[in-house]
Amino acid sequence: MFQVRIHGRGGQGVVAAAEILSMAAFAEGRHAQAFPSFGSERMGAPVVSFCRIDDRPIRTHEPVMEPDALVVQDVTLIHQVELFAGLSTDAYVLVNTSRSFDELGLGEFFGGFHPDRLLTCPATELALEYLGRPLPNAVLLGGFAALTGQITLDAIGTAVRERFPGAVGDRNMAAAAAAFRFVTLEEEEMVHASTD
Amino acid sequence: MLRQIEGSRAVAETVALCRPEVVCAYPISPQTHIIEAIGAMVASGALAPCEFINVESEFAAMSVSIGASAAGARAYTATASQGLLFMIEAVYNAAGLGLPIVMTLANRAIGAPINIWNDHSDAMAVRDSGWIQLFAETNQEAADLHVQAFRLAEELSLPVMVCMDGFILTHAVERVDLPEQPQVDAYLPPYEPRQVLEPDDPVSIGAMVGPEAFEEVRYLAHLRQLDALERIPAMATEFEEVFGRPSGALVSPYRTEDAEIVVIALGSVLGTIKDAVDARREAGDRVGVLGITAFRPFPSDAVREALSRARSVVVVEKAFSIGFGGVLSTDVAMATHDTGCTLRTIVCGLGGRPITRRSLEEAFAAAAQDELDSLTFLDLDHEIVERERTRMTTTRRSGPSAENILRDIGTVASRMD
Repeated sequence: MFQVRIHGRGGQGVVAAAEILSMAAFAEGRHAQAFPSFGSERMGAPVVSFCRIDDRPIRTHEPVMEPDALVVQDVTLIHQVELFAGLSTDAYVLVNTSRSFDELGLGEFFGGFHPDRLLTCPATELALEYLGRPLPNAVLLGGFAALTGQITLDAIGTAVRERFPGAVGDRNMAAAAAAFRFVTLEEEEMVHASTD
Repeated sequence: MLRQIEGSRAVAETVALCRPEVVCAYPISPQTHIIEAIGAMVASGALAPCEFINVESEFAAMSVSIGASAAGARAYTATASQGLLFMIEAVYNAAGLGLPIVMTLANRAIGAPINIWNDHSDAMAVRDSGWIQLFAETNQEAADLHVQAFRLAEELSLPVMVCMDGFILTHAVERVDLPEQPQVDAYLPPYEPRQVLEPDDPVSIGAMVGPEAFEEVRYLAHLRQLDALERIPAMATEFEEVFGRPSGALVSPYRTEDAEIVVIALGSVLGTIKDAVDARREAGDRVGVLGITAFRPFPSDAVREALSRARSVVVVEKAFSIGFGGVLSTDVAMATHDTGCTLRTIVCGLGGRPITRRSLEEAFAAAAQDELDSLTFLDLDHEIVERERTRMTTTRRSGPSAENILRDIGTVASRMD
């Protein structure tokens, strides 16, 4: 089972992101379970959502306590909520920001993690460019696909278009594809840097 | 058809396939998505003929459902928590009058303190109302139970409540094999009322009944619930024949054949319990699970049968009777009083407290060693409780306890769990 926790703020599509990810996994014939953190969600308030992906039926209904991957849609949450609770050093972390982990003051914290599993991605900028609105959720799923290899970009596209039919879905898909390319390039650069 | 779909949406679409003629509800979390979706289907004409009636309260929602049902319509509503309490007088009336209304209860805690999250306090509050109460373990079962509920309700002329865990199921997006219209039509015949308000053939429904007959009327209601104990398994069998998958039944056993310890629970926590039980099995404990699908009528014989080889039973409950202990436990104790089985109660998940596999595993391991207390409040922070107890002992005007405790534990929004 692969477990994902998504952090963001009300209005950023945190719950929709987990739902779309589960629909993408379903499109690939896998079992998936998406659910929100069940708070009284309000615009701007911290919101958490979860997604489990597995090859067999998922029975558990406990919250995701030890995520295999963390997606942070809003970088301002870093010092406000316990973002990294339950995270093992094997986890994947994708943060929506144009800054690096060092610039965020998190370099030391992530010292023991796998460098190729940690990435920042300017998803809000990509969203503004492709959607004209600062909605990073579907964009980050493209990045997630590239970073974790748990889901294909095609499946994300199928799910995004199902959730947002028409032009909105197409634009979100283009933005997700851009994030996929961005993360893939970053990963390649990391490989080159480590082999140089 | 297989869909990756929100639990509420799956229930709404399934209820629509059951061709309700009157749907009447008042929004309350976590039930709202169900009613919103059905309302949209009525508005778009996708669900027709059906009248969606907006009302000003839950009391009106159940009252209108009673009127619609008495007039011969297939009636449906949904609610949760305080909404159920607000309609409780009408809830009893629906059962007392024998009107086959189907209601979804998206289980949620009851205040005060106000809490929108899941537990089973609401269902337990109407346990004795005369409604049949079915509990869904999964969203698949939640959808399927609604099809069975309409048939069961109308055949017995009794209202049926389908309980599904609020948020945990209602807001979870999971794989559900949605019923198809021809299947539902094959399974669920048109509503043929046992009693109906008709100008051409007038009757009165709801007469005052004095001491001369009240006990008989109540006893008759009891007998009809006992009839449901026969009909529920039969309907589950027929459901499997039509839909090709098992769903429903009185109880659902898991790895009980050789179990020394059987864990009993209602609803979605059964999934987490099964994972915990598998882990304990690997550690060598002979543990099994018995899900209770029909809570009212209570399947005493089926429970006793499932526990015939067990030496110990652990009841995991998302509600409790303050000043006493378990609610479901009491029923299980009555069903097994002559079996020599030791009974322990775990109260957990109150007001949405996460029930983790880890905590359950620890409790089951303790039960296997006969080290589990007879009443355990899972993951209770005793220190927090003691702090407030001390404050109450030392200060007369100690203030409101809930607010004191919130202050003690710090900012709630910053906590993950």
